[in-house]
Amino acid sequence: MIPTPDLSHLTSEDYALTYEPAEDTFLFLDALESDVEDLKNSRPLICLEIGSGSGCVSSFIGQILGPSVLYLCTDINPHACRCSQSTGKQNKVSLECVNTSFASPLMSRLRHQVDVVLFNPPYVPTEYEEAHIAQQAKSISGAWAGGYDGMQVTNTFLETVKDLLSDKGRFYLVALKQNNIPEIQRRMLDEHNLESEVVLQRRAGREHLFILRFTIKKKVITS
Amino acid sequence: MVRLVTHNLLACHAKDCNTNNFPLVFQNVQLEIREAEFNSDFIRNFLPKIEWNALVKTAYELGDTSLPQDQPEMVDDEFLKNLHHVLFEIHIIEGGMVCPNCKHNYPISDGIPNMLLAEHEIA
Ligand SMILES: C[S@@+](CC[C@H](N)C(=O)[O-])C[C@H]1O[C@@H](n2cnc3c(N)ncnc32)[C@H](O)[C@@H]1O
Ligand SMILES: [Zn+2]
Repeated sequence: MIPTPDLSHLTSEDYALTYEPAEDTFLFLDALESDVEDLKNSRPLICLEIGSGSGCVSSFIGQILGPSVLYLCTDINPHACRCSQSTGKQNKVSLECVNTSFASPLMSRLRHQVDVVLFNPPYVPTEYEEAHIAQQAKSISGAWAGGYDGMQVTNTFLETVKDLLSDKGRFYLVALKQNNIPEIQRRMLDEHNLESEVVLQRRAGREHLFILRFTIKKKVITS
Repeated sequence: MVRLVTHNLLACHAKDCNTNNFPLVFQNVQLEIREAEFNSDFIRNFLPKIEWNALVKTAYELGDTSLPQDQPEMVDDEFLKNLHHVLFEIHIIEGGMVCPNCKHNYPISDGIPNMLLAEHEIA
């Protein structure tokens, strides 16, 4: 068992401003742990987490994959960036935190360069306006407000993730049953040639959570 | 954390700013040198990902002239040590990064770059 990162340095004041690791976070850690051999064998060089929040997930994968990987984290919430940074430090993992929406300022340099992309997005179905305002406010409400189907924010990223992935790249996404998992999987395959599998799923209270893993579908050459 | 490795991956992403938007130019920066463990395999693997000219130019601007203008063909230990220092040990704690094209200033505070754009600046 890989230990959960030490978060003892974070206080209730931090969690007033930054998403506190919850069932979704822990399911994410379990999914990464279940893929640990494949992750290591793929010898990744660049790992990028979108919406790193407390920094728990990146610190965890950092402990698994060790110091020969560059760990980039982004979050729209500046407090989250600060927490991610301190959680990295607490767990002796160097996290490069950037306060931005998605991977926007990294897109041109990281084109087809990222080996592991991680995103536990704001997935809770809300009104369109609520998600829109939360994205503008860049506060803790942006941690869950997902708009229509809970997919408003995630969909923006799904449109671009293919451009980040290296040939051997893998993209892990947290989603909710209401997000319509089969539709996400079909769309990513049809529109972006990314095939996917459910790595883990779990019911936690009212939420039925899924962890999806996307990889580039290799062309089968038939003669 | 803004180390030169991160800086080497960041471009201006303001609306309609698509050329000459990299590398961002440091301004009014406060630096800190923090020792980091030397990992020769990682640096060797990472070398092809680096925009060399941008790295050397930026290092010079910050007063570090240890890297050659052209990436050497033969990679020796001394070169890797210098590269390690430039990429991983120079931390930019405060200041800003300015786009050479549109002059947008991205502030850095507490070692975190603020790359957020206002709604009307987003492409
Ligand atoms: C459900 S929380 C997950 C936090 C952490 N990764 C975890 O698993 O505990 C979602 C995170 O995404 C961030 N976020 C929301 N919209 C974002 C966007 N457009 N770009 C980057 N981060 C975003 C939120 O601020 C929040 O920290
Ligand atoms: Zn610009």
